[in-house]
Amino acid sequence: MTTGAVPALALQGVKKSFGPIEILHGIDFALMPGEVHALIGENGAGKSTIMKILGGYLGATSGEVLLNGAPAPWRSGAEAEAMGVVVIHQEFNLAPDLTVAQNIWLGREKGGFFLDHKAMRDDTQVLLDQLECRVSPDTRIRDLPVSDRQMVEIAKALSRNARVLIMDEPSAVLTHREVEVLFRQIDRLRAQGVALLYTSHRLEEITYLADRITVLRDGAVVRQAVRGELTEDGMATAMVGRDLNDIFPPRRQDFGPAVLELRDFAVPPLVEGINLTLRRGEVLGISGLVGSGRTELAEGLMGLRPHHGTVLRNGTPISIRSVADAAARGIAYLTEDRKERGLLLAKNLRQNLTLSTLDRFGGLLISRPQEEVALDKAISDFDIRAPSREMAVGNLSGGNQQKLLLAKTMLPEPQVVIIDEPTRGIDIGTKSQIYHFIDRLAREGLSVIVISSDMPEVLGLSDRVLVMRQGRVAGVLEGDEISETAVVRLVMGTSEKVNEDA
Amino acid sequence: MRNLSLSTLGPLAALVLLVVLGAFLNSNFLSSGNITNVLARSAFIGMIAVGMTFVITSGGLDLSVGSMAAFIAGMMILAMNAMIPSLGIGVPLVLAGMGVALLVGLLAGLGNGLLITKVGIEPFIVTLGTMGIFRSLVTWIADGGTLSLNFEARQFYRPVYYDGLFGIAWPIIVFAIIAVLGEVVMRHTRYGRYCEAIGSNDKVARYSAVKVERVQLMTYVILGLLVGLATILYVPRLGSASGSTGLLWELEAIAAVIIGGTALKGGFGRVWGTVIGVLILSLIDNILNLADLVSPYLNGAIQGVIIVLAVVLQRGKSSAEGR
Repeated sequence: MTTGAVPALALQGVKKSFGPIEILHGIDFALMPGEVHALIGENGAGKSTIMKILGGYLGATSGEVLLNGAPAPWRSGAEAEAMGVVVIHQEFNLAPDLTVAQNIWLGREKGGFFLDHKAMRDDTQVLLDQLECRVSPDTRIRDLPVSDRQMVEIAKALSRNARVLIMDEPSAVLTHREVEVLFRQIDRLRAQGVALLYTSHRLEEITYLADRITVLRDGAVVRQAVRGELTEDGMATAMVGRDLNDIFPPRRQDFGPAVLELRDFAVPPLVEGINLTLRRGEVLGISGLVGSGRTELAEGLMGLRPHHGTVLRNGTPISIRSVADAAARGIAYLTEDRKERGLLLAKNLRQNLTLSTLDRFGGLLISRPQEEVALDKAISDFDIRAPSREMAVGNLSGGNQQKLLLAKTMLPEPQVVIIDEPTRGIDIGTKSQIYHFIDRLAREGLSVIVISSDMPEVLGLSDRVLVMRQGRVAGVLEGDEISETAVVRLVMGTSEKVNEDA
Repeated sequence: MRNLSLSTLGPLAALVLLVVLGAFLNSNFLSSGNITNVLARSAFIGMIAVGMTFVITSGGLDLSVGSMAAFIAGMMILAMNAMIPSLGIGVPLVLAGMGVALLVGLLAGLGNGLLITKVGIEPFIVTLGTMGIFRSLVTWIADGGTLSLNFEARQFYRPVYYDGLFGIAWPIIVFAIIAVLGEVVMRHTRYGRYCEAIGSNDKVARYSAVKVERVQLMTYVILGLLVGLATILYVPRLGSASGSTGLLWELEAIAAVIIGGTALKGGFGRVWGTVIGVLILSLIDNILNLADLVSPYLNGAIQGVIIVLAVVLQRGKSSAEGR
């Protein structure tokens, strides 16, 4: 820390309690102008709470928030924003039916009595150009993919001329290229003297970006470091509080016969000409950019989207027209969107767990005791940590939600399971647990397809990697061929290793 | 375990309060005659409201039930009058009339449901449309007047409303059965669980292998059948149907559902709450008629206050759950 410099934003001995439970135990934290400060920790370590306190969305129970060395005067997030402290939230605060330009200027519209549409549209275009985001200012948010929504969210923050910018996992939904653009913008803002707080579960991003790192564990700061002091392993160890030697399970060796084959499978309009084979006991990774058709392929296969082509299950042609059809064939799918497609956030653990398999619980009436037994088993098999079984799953941490969703997906005892983004927005400790669950399932004879944007995950987990590009198979890598460069080449289309029979 | 919060106990407490208030204001209030009267009048809206609970819980809405009741009553009366020459006055005639009522109710519900689930039109729009259509058809068939059941048939049919078992009127018995069945189905069967799941988030339900359209379609069909059943018990009371039969029933049914604690946006249904909601609405009416405190003309205003209050309590609950 430069001696004598005044932090743009700081916390001094901040404690926060919800009811009787104290979840932040005296946090000291300083954010200097012109630096990128990374805040890392497992889910539930208190990162979000700290960011909410910094951004004025939550008050501290005791301790102080200091803006340029003086007590911060705001009483709400909106007031903080007006003073140049801007938070980019993980859950987007965009109105889906308004256009990009309308969202960016929402609440601060240009013009007098009549709106100056042209000025707002032009300024939006300038912001989007800076972000190399090829989206028209007149597009409705509803019609944008998640990654573009994140870019709009960032553009909105840039438009506020923030002095302090707090970014809550901005890269989680972005593609490689978009992350690079984001990093360039962060470099530019840093050079302009903006104080940046950055969080991400991708530790390589922290290594690249952060001038300083603060590690949180269980509501307390356990480590502070400057650039170069901590390796990625060191960060992970500090976060988890124990060594994580084997984040990934060892590779599997024995595979059985083909259990699922696709021949010339297509999910119009994007996905075409897919050939793939999945063997018993195998983990097949599917990599590719967001928008390359990975999720569409899975949803087509599950009967959630219109599709054509041949599907062979244990060598026999089958037709799947609904999720129920797929389930009857022993095929299950874990969606990438656990909050909107995976779980009923307002319902409790039991109701979520058994929703897709209610037929198995009781006859005419649902057997509640049988459901409870299934939940007991799920909680112990998948190490789900919930303060109460009756709580709404929306109040569980992301990691525990994902474990519950995994338990729900596995409850019908499928033989083939497609897992779409198994660890999005999940801390490294839980990630490793989920990798070992997947490994255990494969060793028990399941066949698993893992769709992932997380490169280390695809490399570390898969027996084979299938790369998709623009709705087609760009190539398949096996054994020693699997490497980051090989996958990236296929993702980007710089090599044409076309392997027809995956 | 089940949390006994203000919003859970609120409707029940309000009901108890009304009963105490009623007994205090008028000594006749607790007489068996008055209680039978209140319950029997509640039965029609009550049966419809139980069906409405399923529709609303699964994220739908049906504005057409009042008009549907008028239409079913009209069809039933026309059919019975037309069948008198062949069947004569007697049990077969009444059974045939009941069959017609249930069939028309089923078809009307099926029509609503198909337009909503297969054609994909908003429930509000579809049922706003059919609400107008049903009522207008009755008015047209009755030529602006009243469709009356043949006098002798009416005499024969009357006991279905006025008689009962062990001194309990038939409408009350049927309502009680429907209420208990509804509660069991909502709380303890797959169907009820699916309704709540779809109302919470239909995408999650679809991804969980729930046949979303079929479950939703069935809620409208069941509601149509229940409207038919309510009409069967209602027709013997007056023996006629006109353009004003069942007027505003849809709003009373929806109000009862909301007062009972079912979320209007779907996802959470409580059949016993709906039953309490119906009873609260009829008790207010009854007490205002028996006591001289407040003009009965203010009935609607008091019911309105209760509805808004119920929703305020619900909102307090949902914001607590949001954390």
